Amino acid sequence: MKKNLKNKVALIIAVLVIFLYGIFGAPSGVTGKDLLQSVRNRIHLGLDLQGGAHLILQVQVADAVNAETDNTIQDIEQQMKKANLTFSQVIKPDPNKPDTIQVQGTAPVQSSGVDTLLDGSRYADEYDVSSGLNNSWTLTMKPIYERDLDQRTVVEAIATITDRVDALGVTEPQIAPYGLGANQILVELPGISDLDRVKTIIQSTARLEIHAVVSGPFPSQQAALTSAGNALPADEEILPATGELAGTGGGDAYYILQRIAIVAGSDFRSAEPGVNQNTGQRTVNFTLTDEAGDKFWDYTSANVGKSMAVVMGGTVREVATIQSGIRDSGEITGSFSPDEVTMLSKLLRTGALPASLNYIEATTVGSTLGADSIREGVTAAIVGVLLVWGFMLVYYKSSGINADLALFLNLVILLGFMGFSQATLTLPGIAGVILTIGMGVDSNVLIFERIREEIRAGKAAAAAVDQGFAHAWTTILDTHVTTIVSAAILFLFGTGPVKGFATTLTFGLAANLFTAVYVSRVIFEAHLNRLRPGEMVSI
Amino acid sequence: MERRGLRATTSTKGRAEVEFFHSVNVDWLGKKWYFLAFSLIFSVAGVISMGWQWAHIGSPVPLGVDFRGGTEVTVQFAEVPNVNRIRQAIDAQGIKGADISTIGNPADREVVIGLPEQMNEKALDVGRSDIESALRSHYTTNFIVRSVDVVGPTVGHQLEKQAALATFYSLIGMLIYLWFRFQLIYGVAAVVACFHDTLITVGAFSLASLFGFNGLELSLTVIAAILTLIGYSMNDTIVVFDRIRENLRLSRREALPNLVNRSINQTLSRTVLTSGLTFLTVLSLFIFGGQVLKGFSFALVVGILIGTYSSIAVASPMLVAYQEWRAKRGRAMALPAAKRGRS
Repeated sequence: MKKNLKNKVALIIAVLVIFLYGIFGAPSGVTGKDLLQSVRNRIHLGLDLQGGAHLILQVQVADAVNAETDNTIQDIEQQMKKANLTFSQVIKPDPNKPDTIQVQGTAPVQSSGVDTLLDGSRYADEYDVSSGLNNSWTLTMKPIYERDLDQRTVVEAIATITDRVDALGVTEPQIAPYGLGANQILVELPGISDLDRVKTIIQSTARLEIHAVVSGPFPSQQAALTSAGNALPADEEILPATGELAGTGGGDAYYILQRIAIVAGSDFRSAEPGVNQNTGQRTVNFTLTDEAGDKFWDYTSANVGKSMAVVMGGTVREVATIQSGIRDSGEITGSFSPDEVTMLSKLLRTGALPASLNYIEATTVGSTLGADSIREGVTAAIVGVLLVWGFMLVYYKSSGINADLALFLNLVILLGFMGFSQATLTLPGIAGVILTIGMGVDSNVLIFERIREEIRAGKAAAAAVDQGFAHAWTTILDTHVTTIVSAAILFLFGTGPVKGFATTLTFGLAANLFTAVYVSRVIFEAHLNRLRPGEMVSI
Repeated sequence: MERRGLRATTSTKGRAEVEFFHSVNVDWLGKKWYFLAFSLIFSVAGVISMGWQWAHIGSPVPLGVDFRGGTEVTVQFAEVPNVNRIRQAIDAQGIKGADISTIGNPADREVVIGLPEQMNEKALDVGRSDIESALRSHYTTNFIVRSVDVVGPTVGHQLEKQAALATFYSLIGMLIYLWFRFQLIYGVAAVVACFHDTLITVGAFSLASLFGFNGLELSLTVIAAILTLIGYSMNDTIVVFDRIRENLRLSRREALPNLVNRSINQTLSRTVLTSGLTFLTVLSLFIFGGQVLKGFSFALVVGILIGTYSSIAVASPMLVAYQEWRAKRGRAMALPAAKRGRS
C-alpha cells in the first residue's frame, strides 16, 4: 500500500472514530442497554418522538399599555390639582384605543399652563400631545414607545413563564419569542402531554399575598388550633412559616391568618431589592396597583399596630407590624441574605404576568404516539437502507460493497453531527435521514455509471476510475449545492418540525460529499492497487 | 432504433454486467407533443379539481389542522371504537359541529375528533377540554389521548404565508445558483420544471381527496415533502443539464435536439436507477412510516415519479424550444452553452 493511501485511510478511520464518539460519547459500558442510554444522552428527541406539549401564546400587550396609561391618568390628575389647573375629567375616550388619553374641560385662560404641564418632559417622552375642541387635550402614546413597551412586556412574560416552568422542574423546556407573529411566545415542554397540567404550570400561582395576622406564632399546628378554642372560624386559616421566621422560634412556627388576603398576586405591580435607609437592612420594595393601593391604605390606616403576614406558596415568609397607613408602595424588611432578597423580588414578580395570555396554538403528543413514531420511522429507515444495500450489491457487485461502506459512514457522520451539535431529532428529521440515503445512493450511481461508460469506451481500470470520478464530481457538486441551498432556506423560514428536517438533510448532504466522493475514491484506489495488470474493476 | 431493457452482457474482457439500459437511443424530443399533452392533462385535471374543491370545501386542497385552524383530538381506544357511541357521548356534552372519523387500520383503534375553527381565541381551549371530559365520562379509562392539536385562526394564516414564502425563496435561490453555474435559460427551464412538479403533486392531493382518500391533507410536513421533491427534481434536471453542458463543449457542431437526446440517453440508466432506489426508500416510508408521515410520503411517491419525468420531458425540451425561438428571431445560432464549470 502506498504511503499516501495509508494517510488517507488513517484520516477516514479518524473521522469514523470522532463521529462514533459524537453518537455514543464515552459510554459507561458496552452492553446494549448502556450504549442505548449513551445515545439517548447525546441525541435529543423532538417533542413528536418523546411526547410533550408545544404551545404558542399571544401576549395581550394592550393590557400593559392600558396599565401604563391608567398610571399616567392618575398622575395627570394629581399634577393638575397640584398646579391648580381646572379640568373636568381625565379619561380614555375610546375603550378600543388603550393608548389615547383625553384631558377634558380645561379652562381657556389656563391653556398655556396646561400646555406647559402636559407637553413638559414628564409626558412628552412617552406621548404626543395636542389640543382639541371644547378645551380638551389629547395624549397619544408614541408608536416607538408603545412598541418598546410591547417588547418589554413580552420579555417579562417569557421571564415569568420560565420561572414558573423552572420551579416545576420540567427538563429542557424551551420558552422563546415566536418569530411568525407579533408578541407571541413559543413554549415547548418535553414529557408533559396533559394540556390541563401545562396550563396550571404556566398560569401557576406563585402568588404573593399579604394577610392580616389574627394570632401567632405557635410552635405547632395543634397549639394554634387550641388557642382558637379548637374551632377555627371559617374566615381564618392556619399557615406554617418558613426560613428565618421558623428559625427564630427554635423550630416550626404557625400563624392564624385571615383567609381572605388584603392584597394578592396581580395587585402587585413590581418588586425590587432595596436597602433600608435607616437600618441598612436589605428590603424588598414593592409597589401596588392603584386600585389595590387604595384598598391597602384603607386597611393599614385602620389597623395601625396590628400585624400583617407576607404569604407565598402557602407559607408565611414575613410578619410585620403596621406602623402607619401604606398606600401603593412599601418595603418588606427582614434579615434577608442578598440571594434571598433577589429570590423574593423575583418570585414576587412571577406572581403577576405583565399582561394576560391567550393560547393560539396548542399541540401535544402523547408518549405512546411518540414511541410508535420512533418505531415506525426507524423501521422505515432500516428497511429503506437494507433495500438499497441489497440492490447496490447485486447491481454493482464488488463495487457495491464500496457504495454500501460509503453509505454506512454517511449515516455515522450524520448521527455524530447530531450528537455534537445537540440538534434535535424529529420525525421529519428521520425522513430527512431517509432522503439523505437517497442522495447518497445517487452520488454513487452517478460515479459508477460514469466509470462503466469509461470502461465501455475502452479505458484501463485506473484511468476509467479516475475519469469517472472527475466527470461525476461536477454533477455531484451542482446537485448537492442546489439541495443544500433549498434545505438552508427551509431552515431559515421553517419552524419546529420542518427545521428538524432541514437540519438532518443539510448535515447528511455535507457528509455525503465526503463519503460518496472521498471515501469511495480511497476504497477504489486500494482496490486498484491489488489488481493484476490488465485486470478490470468489478463494477 | 436500438433499445434494450434489462440484460446481462458478457463484454470483451469477460465482464458480466447487470444493466437496465445500455446504449439506448430514444428520440425524446420527437415525443415532445405527447409530453406536452400528458403534462397539460395532469396539470389541468389538478387545477380543475382544485377549483372544484375550492368551491366546495373552501380551499383547493384539504388542509391539515395546522393550516386550517381548529381542534383535533386523536384518541386510541382499548377496543375497536364505535363511532356512533362516541358521537352520542360528544352530543351529550353539548359539543356542536364535531367531526368524528377513524384513521389508519381498524387494528390501530384510533379516532380523530375534530372541531371547526374557533374565531374567538379564548374559546379555543374549551372545545378540547369538553371533548376530553365527554370521553372520560363515557369511557372511564379505556382510552388514551394520543395527540391534541388546537390551532387558532391567526396561526394558520401565518404558517400559510411562511410556507408560500419558503417555497418561493427556495426556487429563487436555486435559479440564482443555476444562473451562476450554467446560464439563465437553464435556471428558468429547471424552475419551470419544478413548478410543473409542484402543481401536479398538489393537484394529486386535491384529486385523491376528490376520489375519497382520507387523511391526505396539506400540512407543514407535506410542505417539507414538496420542498424535498423540488430538490430531487432539480437534482435530476441538473444531472441532464450537466451532461448537455459537457457534450456542448465536446461537439460544437452537433444539432441541439440531437445533442440533448444523446445527453438524456447517456444519463438515462443513472436517472432510472436513482429514481428507482429513492422510490424504494420513500415507498418504505409510505408503508412503514405510520399515519403521521402518510401525507409526507404520498407527496414524495408522486413527486419522485413526476420529478424524474419532468427533467426529461419538460426541462430539456424547453432548452431546445428556446434555442429554436432564438434562431427564428435571427439571433446568433450560438448554442446556449454553459459559461462556467470545469470538466
